[in-house]
Amino acid sequence: MTYDEILTKYEPVIGLETHVELGTRTKMFCGCKTDFGAEPNTQVCPVCLALPGALPVANRAGIEATIRIGLALNCDIAEWCRMARKNYFYPDMPKNFQTSQYDEPLCTDGYVDVTVNGTEYRIGIERVHLEEDTGKTLHVGGATGRIHGATESLVDYNRAGIPLVEIVTKPVPGLGALAPEIAKAYVAELRDIVRSLGVSDVRMEQGSMRCDVNTSLNLPGEEWGTRTETKNVNSLRSVERAVRSEIIRQAAILDDGGKIFQETRHFQETTGDTRPGRSKETATDYRYFPEPDLVPIAPDPAWVASLRESLPEKPSVKRARLREDWGISEVDMQSVTNAGAVELIEETIAAGASPAGARKWWMGELARRANELDVDLAEVGATPAQVAALQKLVDAGKLNDKLARQVLEGVVAGEGDPADVMAARGLEVVNDTGALTKAVDDAIAANPEIAAKIRDGKVAAAGALVGAVMKTTRGQADAKAVRELLLERLGVS
Amino acid sequence: MAAISREEVAHLARLSRLAVTEQELDRFAGQLDVILQSVARVGEVAAEDIPPTSHSVPLTNVYRDDVPTPSLTQDEALSGAPDAFEGRFRVPRILDEED
Repeated sequence: MTYDEILTKYEPVIGLETHVELGTRTKMFCGCKTDFGAEPNTQVCPVCLALPGALPVANRAGIEATIRIGLALNCDIAEWCRMARKNYFYPDMPKNFQTSQYDEPLCTDGYVDVTVNGTEYRIGIERVHLEEDTGKTLHVGGATGRIHGATESLVDYNRAGIPLVEIVTKPVPGLGALAPEIAKAYVAELRDIVRSLGVSDVRMEQGSMRCDVNTSLNLPGEEWGTRTETKNVNSLRSVERAVRSEIIRQAAILDDGGKIFQETRHFQETTGDTRPGRSKETATDYRYFPEPDLVPIAPDPAWVASLRESLPEKPSVKRARLREDWGISEVDMQSVTNAGAVELIEETIAAGASPAGARKWWMGELARRANELDVDLAEVGATPAQVAALQKLVDAGKLNDKLARQVLEGVVAGEGDPADVMAARGLEVVNDTGALTKAVDDAIAANPEIAAKIRDGKVAAAGALVGAVMKTTRGQADAKAVRELLLERLGVS
Repeated sequence: MAAISREEVAHLARLSRLAVTEQELDRFAGQLDVILQSVARVGEVAAEDIPPTSHSVPLTNVYRDDVPTPSLTQDEALSGAPDAFEGRFRVPRILDEED
């Protein structure tokens, strides 16, 4: 069955759990720094290492950021709630539990509106709760680097205790074939909202935003099917691919008369499909209970009201404003949004490029390249400043379109800024009239018969000589200027 | 009627990674049962208007500012570790928990 055939037969229900690592300076329950990339186990203390007698104290900034995320997602903020211990044995947490929230999340019952193909969809938010990140485990000794075959694990607790906000949607039925795209649009919208709040850098490729995708299928009119949870979905593109591949996989099993098992699956970036992970047969029993070492959180309503008042412009409102400024259609703005290019284009314009110029490069050459490399646009290898610099070189007549593409290719390949690539590859438009005149004269001398035809008025023959000049100047001349000069030298202009 | 079964004690022991013998299961089940029954008596006297208590002090909103405090050095952090390698805690591989 093709994807479209599957969706005429089955109805998907999706749900998303997204983890956002907050950008606080210190961890959630101790004063250790949260700098990315520090030497292993240098941002740890008795609290986050769970040494005996150490006691946690909550970071006000973490509570505030969670409430602000909740408000931006139209949630109710709890008047009183507690942290909870989620007990489990795994060396990524030295405490043998993760400090989290259970039945009393800080924020509940919100929504996010997303637009796909001109239609708005409302994604319900079940809850937004605060917890802490775990340490990083490295499995060694095995041939594959995975835990199968590994003989030991090496653990770095720098990340353990960094505040993490989990945002859980309600199950979303009724999306049909668009479910994968809407899932992606939701995560993109969530990312933009969180970024606008300035509480996280929400970089999926660095792991500061991570996504788990729940998918199930059912026949129309029947109960929802058994869902699987796909973990390891770490880019916007992957969100879409994970939902799509899971729909296809489940449909094949159901069509065969098989059963879907509730299980955790892992998304494979390379193949775009999902593989089975931990089996839920040994049902996890986390024995949650209220954290006795942290007192309840009871946000002052006046504080919550002031946080609500100070929320920034919504990304959707901002997009409408930018669309106006850039003078583009709703459909074009939609593609810009879906490509993850809004901020990139905005920053490129801020760096001095025209709206049309900025959009042209990000939505054309760079979008194509990102697609080829299978990466998000922001990770394609060019920065807004570089794109603005490129456009300025084009505007100044130093690069023509063809050369600009080559320069951009060099920028993406890591050869430096546009000016560096231009110099290193020798890609400047030949504006030197002396050099150009010589090239034209050489072409005329080397092709006397064609030159004679042109002199006799067969101007159409000039194309061959223009081509010859472009060849000797390696495409660095302006073809139109070459043509004019050629006709002038032959006395027919 | 016992408040906790032998099977439940075995389940808890497994979750806590405790190797408990058959005789210990019997003994602990009996002991835990006494504790649970004692705690259950509290429920008999607690009226509807008394909410369950998780904290013994009537405090809320105890926070600290988002200001870094010194961490341990890597050597200090690893000084109590049974084993370490290249600045990281070295632990035996863990099975059946993660792919």
